[in-house]
Amino acid sequence: MTLRRLGLYSASLVISAWVTLPLLLITVAAFTPRDLLYRWPRPLWPERFTLETLRFFLRSTGVWPSTLNSVLVAGLTIVLAFVIAAPAGYAISRFRFRGRETLQLAILATKMFPATVLSIPLAVAFIRWRLYDTLLGVAIVHTALALPFVIVIVTSVFLGISYELEEAAQTLGGSRLQAFLQVTLPMALPGLAAAGIFTFVLSWNEVFAATILTLNHRTLPALIVDSVIGAGAPLHFRFAGGFFMIIPALIIIFLIRRYLLTLWGVTVR
Amino acid sequence: MAVAETDLTPARPRSPATWTPYLLILPTLIFLGLFFVYPMVQAVWLAVSDPQSGGLTWAHFRRMGADLYFAPAVRYTLLITALAVPLQVMLGLAIALLVNTRFLGHSAFLYLTALPIGISDLAAGLIWLSIFTERGYLNAVLQRLGLVEVPLIFLSVERPDWMLGAIVITEVWRATAIVMVILLAGLQLIPRDYAETASVFGAGRWQTLRHVILPLLRPSLQTALIIRTILAFQLFATVVTLAGRQIPVLAGEAYFWYSLYRSPHVASAYAVLILLFSGSITWLYLRFLRAEEGRA
Repeated sequence: MTLRRLGLYSASLVISAWVTLPLLLITVAAFTPRDLLYRWPRPLWPERFTLETLRFFLRSTGVWPSTLNSVLVAGLTIVLAFVIAAPAGYAISRFRFRGRETLQLAILATKMFPATVLSIPLAVAFIRWRLYDTLLGVAIVHTALALPFVIVIVTSVFLGISYELEEAAQTLGGSRLQAFLQVTLPMALPGLAAAGIFTFVLSWNEVFAATILTLNHRTLPALIVDSVIGAGAPLHFRFAGGFFMIIPALIIIFLIRRYLLTLWGVTVR
Repeated sequence: MAVAETDLTPARPRSPATWTPYLLILPTLIFLGLFFVYPMVQAVWLAVSDPQSGGLTWAHFRRMGADLYFAPAVRYTLLITALAVPLQVMLGLAIALLVNTRFLGHSAFLYLTALPIGISDLAAGLIWLSIFTERGYLNAVLQRLGLVEVPLIFLSVERPDWMLGAIVITEVWRATAIVMVILLAGLQLIPRDYAETASVFGAGRWQTLRHVILPLLRPSLQTALIIRTILAFQLFATVVTLAGRQIPVLAGEAYFWYSLYRSPHVASAYAVLILLFSGSITWLYLRFLRAEEGRA
């Protein structure tokens, strides 16, 4: 029994190290002085740390504006995705109607057609619709990508809240809407917030659509990919960029760790 | 079946207003129609239409097929998928089973191993670039161990297999977390007594896993396999950051044809090809895994 436990713990340690070591390394790289990054023999642990590399990255042309763009696009995406998808999730969880199964299947199917296939025809259409190179255009594609996740989590959140409570509020004289706003919604908020945060990550990380759909209004990933492909950005720029991009992710996964399973789990059914 | 369903969902209103749910799903349907169905149809149209005459043509597909990068892009995309996805599923299953034993500290372990979910393909590519680049961590370690005198160049045209290896390692590192979470969610739906019953009847751990857990986990395995395989066809940023265009992949070619050569038609041909691959592989998974179910 103890031998089994020993095996369990060593396996978990090895796997944890495999996942976290690269994160530690990119963090060290982002704070390593430039000359040490290119020196040979390369020290494993830098003798001194510096903010210079990160400062260089943040001062590079376009980094701040594109970071702002990324945040704006992500914010727009959250608003759009919720306005459009939350009612659908509520409907699936609370009503039984013809076509409900078909709709659920369609939502699952949309998860399988990500950005690559959508972006190119949309880029052509957006030029016509005057949405090309706008943050709204990028947000629309990110909304399309986030929609299935938001619907799925909203459905599961509302399924977890007993409908009897809402009914009870209605018998006490509230309207259906009042019952929803005062009883169900407050209980649903944490789960909905998790869905919102996940939507943020999805949009913050998305590269392909953002690159195809923008020219001057790049998001951060689009700017970095651009500078890697087109301009051949120096290594320290890339490492600092990599580090900069993972900070929100680390915080966010911590915030929504309770909901990680619901986010993907319910899709199985 | 109908009886079972009513039993499962007692919380549903008994006499719902008939039009309310349709009103609630209307925005989703409109949005999906405009930004999902329309671009899908448009992608096919762009790929087969002649911009001058407006008629049908195979010219864009011929141009795609004749391109120097086309054959390697197909080959590398399939190769990366075939190498990375099985590794992701095996490792993801191992982690999910570990978490599910609920050992002391399993929630910290779950958080750590789930971290890559929030990390993009681009960031993952940059992270592993810091390891594989010429003056990177891997060379530093090898030099420390006295294995190399001068830094090895892992990521170079002369060694496509090494670049391929670096891409596969990066993808396994990044995407195993998603597989793990899907499988863990599936595992938690399996009642604990099933495994306990099996052990009462004298089944060992492996036997329980093979004959009780895995068959019950099939729907989750199927979802994980489909999602991962389809996303592998979309692989773009990881490859570009680690290997540039020296390892061409389908999504990357779609990008280059659109952005570099300004040809939305050939880019769409690539998109349609990705769509065809994704569709047929999903069909295969569904068919194959269901056939298994029929035999059991």
